[in-house]
Amino acid sequence: MMLFEACAAPKTLEGLIWLGCYLTTGKHMGFYFSFGTVMLLLAVTAPTALLFGFGGAVASRSPIAPLRWFGKTYVAMVRGVPDIVFFLFVPIALDQGFEFLRHKTLCSDVSEPIRQGNDFVVCSIAKLPLNSDPQWMHETYGFMLAVLSFAIVFGAFAGNTLRGAMAAVPRGQIETAEAFGMTRAQVFWRVIVPQMWIYAIPGLSNLWMILIKATPLLFILGVEDIVYWARELGGAKTSAFSYPHPDWRLWYYIALLVFYLMLTRVSEIVQRHLMARFSMGQATVSGNDLRQAGR
Amino acid sequence: MSCLQTIHDYGLRSIGIGERLLPKADITLCEQVVLIGSGLIWNVYFGVFALATGFWLAACLAIGKNAKNPWLRRPASGFIFLFRGSPLFIQFFIGYELFVLLPKLGVSLDLGFVVIDAQTRWLTKAWLGALIVLFLNTAAYTGEIFSGALQAVPAGESEAADAYGMNARQKFWRVTWPTMLRLAWPSYTNEAIFMFHATTLVFFSGFPAWRQKGDALYYANYFADKTFNPFVPYPIVAGYFILLTLGIIGIWGLAERYLNRHLPQNVPRRRRIRLPLWR
Repeated sequence: MMLFEACAAPKTLEGLIWLGCYLTTGKHMGFYFSFGTVMLLLAVTAPTALLFGFGGAVASRSPIAPLRWFGKTYVAMVRGVPDIVFFLFVPIALDQGFEFLRHKTLCSDVSEPIRQGNDFVVCSIAKLPLNSDPQWMHETYGFMLAVLSFAIVFGAFAGNTLRGAMAAVPRGQIETAEAFGMTRAQVFWRVIVPQMWIYAIPGLSNLWMILIKATPLLFILGVEDIVYWARELGGAKTSAFSYPHPDWRLWYYIALLVFYLMLTRVSEIVQRHLMARFSMGQATVSGNDLRQAGR
Repeated sequence: MSCLQTIHDYGLRSIGIGERLLPKADITLCEQVVLIGSGLIWNVYFGVFALATGFWLAACLAIGKNAKNPWLRRPASGFIFLFRGSPLFIQFFIGYELFVLLPKLGVSLDLGFVVIDAQTRWLTKAWLGALIVLFLNTAAYTGEIFSGALQAVPAGESEAADAYGMNARQKFWRVTWPTMLRLAWPSYTNEAIFMFHATTLVFFSGFPAWRQKGDALYYANYFADKTFNPFVPYPIVAGYFILLTLGIIGIWGLAERYLNRHLPQNVPRRRRIRLPLWR
């Protein structure tokens, strides 16, 4: 607390105390908080994307033709197109889609077309979030849209990986299960799903790395993430501010760089442990090695 | 205004030839297709030059990473980790900030003032600055691929080269290098595709589009903002990039055939067998 009391008159401070006070301003707290936003995005997106990918992979193997076409299109869509195109497209499309649906249900009496030239007009109670809603609702809605777009795009990537992994489960395993008289669903849940992870993990951890490195795109989606704060705080501050300083953006960016390098380093280590864990009891080279080592 | 006129006006707009003002009202489909296509020139430019220059640095990095000497190995591994472990987005920011700061450092060098000013001015422009960042980035990713392939070169081939009495240089250029390329090629094709995709980030991070000369995504974003309708410009970009990706796969496939030309050709090469696992 001493530090904060000493910070009452920042212009009189010098050296380390100045730096200490500078790094604990309210805006810097927002900056540190935004690291949590990024981690939250990762924590929410990764399982959601995995779920979407799993759904896509299952759909692409479905015996029902329309479902299969949908699954295949979804899984293939990210191959040829830069992901940033999707990140710019999906949030607006989702936003307009939601508002369109709400407009149709909530104000069915309005007969004017929604697209009027270059404008997208829905009635005021169909707006998401409502104009009268507090600021935090708008921010949360923006964040939700971002999470959903990330999940859709990375779900397609994950679907590609999982589809390959499902196909990589040795044919003999499936034939044995069928010989035991298991139904399709039983074969899928008891044989394919438990065994596919070892084939999926290299692809999925690669995807996790790509996901980590895609998080700065949050900035493009208008979320106040670490890039936003780094630009905001790093920009040159004149003496009108409490803590004037020249353009320090480079230093803030370097801090972000270090953050991402640490994140990928930790991920690499976790990936190695996961790989060892999932190799246990598998019919692969590393699985055999583990068995011979007596584990 | 006919579409032909539009092509004439905006076909080369992204490199500064043609109409100065971008379409503002009553935007037609033709204008969107032409202008976004014109922006694609930048994507191709960045992709081609970054890949062409990055290839050689990548080869050096791969050799460095596999070297026994730690003074070669550590810097190469560190470089690869630095650029593969951080987002390209942040790399662009840092690159731009560094290039902007350079003139201040250059003045103290006490050289001809004009020369330094001119050089650093180019660095803050996307055509050179972003190209340098992309070059370093693709070099790191490709270096990792090549280094993996170097480790996968069959020991028998290397021993055979020794048995023929080849010296180290001959062995490298005649045996190790072509085999390494052949093994790395499928992954390198992927990297090339992702490199072209990454070029869309240039004008979204750090590097400003000078006089609205931007890439395909820059113009698509412009149209989406102007018309508030994302359903036209972004699919156009997507279409262009699918074509570009198919082109890359075609060209890289030709190179792969050349690299594999000595292998038995009657063996079906990497044919995707799509037999249904479920009957």
